[in-house]
Amino acid sequence: MLSFILKRLFIIIPMALLVITLTWALIRIAPGSFYSGEKQLPPAIEENIKKKYGLDKPWYSQYLLMLGNVTCRTLAEGEVTKNGLQFSIGQTTVKCFDFGDSLKYQGQSVNEIIRRHLPYSVTLGILAYLLALVIGLAAGIIAALKQNSPLDYGSMALAMLGLSLPNFVLGPILVLVFALGLHWLPPARWGNLSNVILPVITLAAIYMAYIARLTRAGMLEVMRSDYIRTARAKGLNETTVLLKHGLRGGIIPVVSFTGPALAGLLAGTVVVEKVFAIPGLGNIFIQAVLNRDEPLILGIVAFLSILIMIFNLAVDISYGFLDPRIRYE
Amino acid sequence: MTNHNGTILTVNDLKTYFQTEDGIVKAVDGISFQLQKGETLGIVGESGSGKSVTNLSVMRLIPEPPGKIVNGDIIFDGIDVRELAIDEVRKIRGKRMAMIFQDPMTSLNPFLRISSQLMEVTRLHLGHNKKQAYDHAIKMLKTVGISDAEERIDSYPHEFSGGMRQRVMIAMALSCDPELLIADEPTTALDVTIQAQILELIKDLKARMGTSVILITHDLGVVAGMTEKIIVMYAGKVFEQAPTRELFATPANPYTKGLLKSVPDPAHEQGKELYQIPGLPPDVAHLPPGCPFAERCGYVQEICRTEYPPFIQINEDHHSLCHFAREVYAESVQERQAK
Repeated sequence: MLSFILKRLFIIIPMALLVITLTWALIRIAPGSFYSGEKQLPPAIEENIKKKYGLDKPWYSQYLLMLGNVTCRTLAEGEVTKNGLQFSIGQTTVKCFDFGDSLKYQGQSVNEIIRRHLPYSVTLGILAYLLALVIGLAAGIIAALKQNSPLDYGSMALAMLGLSLPNFVLGPILVLVFALGLHWLPPARWGNLSNVILPVITLAAIYMAYIARLTRAGMLEVMRSDYIRTARAKGLNETTVLLKHGLRGGIIPVVSFTGPALAGLLAGTVVVEKVFAIPGLGNIFIQAVLNRDEPLILGIVAFLSILIMIFNLAVDISYGFLDPRIRYE
Repeated sequence: MTNHNGTILTVNDLKTYFQTEDGIVKAVDGISFQLQKGETLGIVGESGSGKSVTNLSVMRLIPEPPGKIVNGDIIFDGIDVRELAIDEVRKIRGKRMAMIFQDPMTSLNPFLRISSQLMEVTRLHLGHNKKQAYDHAIKMLKTVGISDAEERIDSYPHEFSGGMRQRVMIAMALSCDPELLIADEPTTALDVTIQAQILELIKDLKARMGTSVILITHDLGVVAGMTEKIIVMYAGKVFEQAPTRELFATPANPYTKGLLKSVPDPAHEQGKELYQIPGLPPDVAHLPPGCPFAERCGYVQEICRTEYPPFIQINEDHHSLCHFAREVYAESVQERQAK
């Protein structure tokens, strides 16, 4: 078990490096750059800026420099930097995870920007995750138990709607109805709990629907199995049969979905944050891409990809607790 | 036929139908039998003949919908099981009548420890506390021949072999000392060597605990040494019903004769092809008007295809569903004497 976790954690390192390399390459290959705008800079100034950021060097030195910065490298004599994680071994100082300064937001490091905007996305993501899980599981279980009843058809029709409505449509509809029409909730921005409700519902809808459908399918499958018949033959009541014997097997498909879902919820707040004008990581990410803010794009992509890999690992570990037949090697 | 001191189970004209896209499937269509206390009844038939559905009906375990018990009485020790509220049925299930299923690989919950699956029965029905239930579970595992019960009780089902799992199933079924044990093909999924062990175990426990047993199987060899009487089922109906010895010696139904002939005989002449009943069991959703076995029967006459056969009484305990039951019986008696 422990060696499995260590192995999987270790694999994250090359995977993350691969993601960073690809992202870096894509930004470079795409036409244009941070400095190509409507306003042409005088050639002398552009030269100076490029020199400052090391953009005058050949691409491979730039790549290696970037790689050193985002992983770990020793600081040169007299070099001073406030970014990243720093520690000293004897005379030499080692610096890690430095994604540099944002090009757009002068004087702010990428790490700092992520740290500042992450809490909004995390709050939204976790709340949406919990909502999707609770409502999705409950709806799925009820639908499975009352198969082919109006309750089943109703909840599955709603789930279908949730799956088919993209969040950039659902968000504005919710705003129109509950904010602009009924005046129950604020239409946008961040502040107190009432600001959170609409974006969380918008964000959770598709996951809720998906979890409900997975739960229903999983439960229907399990409730037909032989060991459920055995449990009934023992004289157990339906609630015990369902919760003690059925649920664990029934929610395994849901568990495999929740890892990617949680990562998707944290990373996928992009549209919702835009719709509701929330200064989260997604909003910043869009800005960074539009601005061609290379260090910031790289930082956010690296951060989110590592997050996704860790969540997937967490899911794989949780299988073992659900299903005793699963062994880790 | 030992200690007959009353009837434990009476099934009278039981009909269990399933609603399918293909029409109504009459899985069980007018089954009647009686089981005396301490007796073992064998129910024999091919797949889809309605053996399992009969017994699931007795336990009221038919999934509804699509299934439904549409007619008949199920009287268990004077209680009309069909009329009981489902909560009352649950008090009987697992306590007074218990069931062992065919496939021990899938019939135990793979997610729960053996201990917890054993303990929940006695905690529910006998009001055991945790400690009592745990001790009882160990005792039961030892009873079914798992000697290192203390070490193995907290294992998961996948850590047991098939035969061991079936032992666990039996331990579970017998934990509350039920009056009726229904064993639905208990050895079908097991190795031949293990089959004998499990049958011996059931036989032995039955003798010790005085349980009445219904043994469902498609293997005539299994019921031969185990049962006092046998019901042969075909297409949801009782084709023949007789004491075991009589059924084997002088069958009065062409289908039973066919089944007996298809049992491999160790003294079988080498090179001679093994007998098998021609054709396949009929689709119970679309039964012909006459005898459901007519198409496969060697004795078939014109009347078999047009008229449903009568249930003819050969002697006190012997009945057969066939137009020519008496003739078939006479032939069997002759063959018997010729040997």
